[in-house]
Amino acid sequence: MDILYFAWVRERIGLPRERVETSAATVADLVEELRAREDRYAAAFADLSALRVALDQELSEFDAPLKGVREVAFFPPMTGG
Amino acid sequence: MRISVQDVPFELGAESDAFAAGVQGAGAVVTFTGVVRDADQGGLKAMEIEHYPGMTKKALMAIAEEAMKRWSLADALVIHRHGRLTPGERIMMVATAARHRKDAFEAAEYLMDYLKSRAPFWKKEILASGDSDWVAAKDADEDALKRW
Repeated sequence: MDILYFAWVRERIGLPRERVETSAATVADLVEELRAREDRYAAAFADLSALRVALDQELSEFDAPLKGVREVAFFPPMTGG
Repeated sequence: MRISVQDVPFELGAESDAFAAGVQGAGAVVTFTGVVRDADQGGLKAMEIEHYPGMTKKALMAIAEEAMKRWSLADALVIHRHGRLTPGERIMMVATAARHRKDAFEAAEYLMDYLKSRAPFWKKEILASGDSDWVAAKDADEDALKRW
């Protein structure tokens, strides 16, 4: 599965994207796995209320299942316009 | 309906004219343009706009399609830039065309409200001092979606 990071999430983790092997059932489970990796992930995912998630380029929720998902993106609330 | 996500500047007059020429008989054309402002008067050196290439156009398309459904529109246009912009540069524009102005105005406001909070762009302010900061989303922008 490809994981993408944008804006300060990308800066905090230090990379724009990576490929991970995971058996996480939901986005929240995946976040737990990432948090446990290293401090920089724990820092980026410290407050989920400050984050949004997209699954295969559609906005989604942290309790959403990951079955069949190919691309997960994490980012702060959007500031377009 | 045209959606453009681009790093190069756009000509406001040329885009407005081309849009209006394509909807002759519509009666009402509304355009809105967002410009990089310098809130601290001299403090802002540049605005860097990051986006999610795989998602941006799709998200803007979905927002514009919803506007076309909700209002009686002849056409809609969204142009949004990304990359490094300086104060005074145009960031984005929307245009709507309808038979009557109420539809055109409301649809343009709807497009703006949604692309502020639901289109995957993130702005970073680069200050003259050398500091930089991600622009935080405002609660008011999220609340603005509730009226629709």
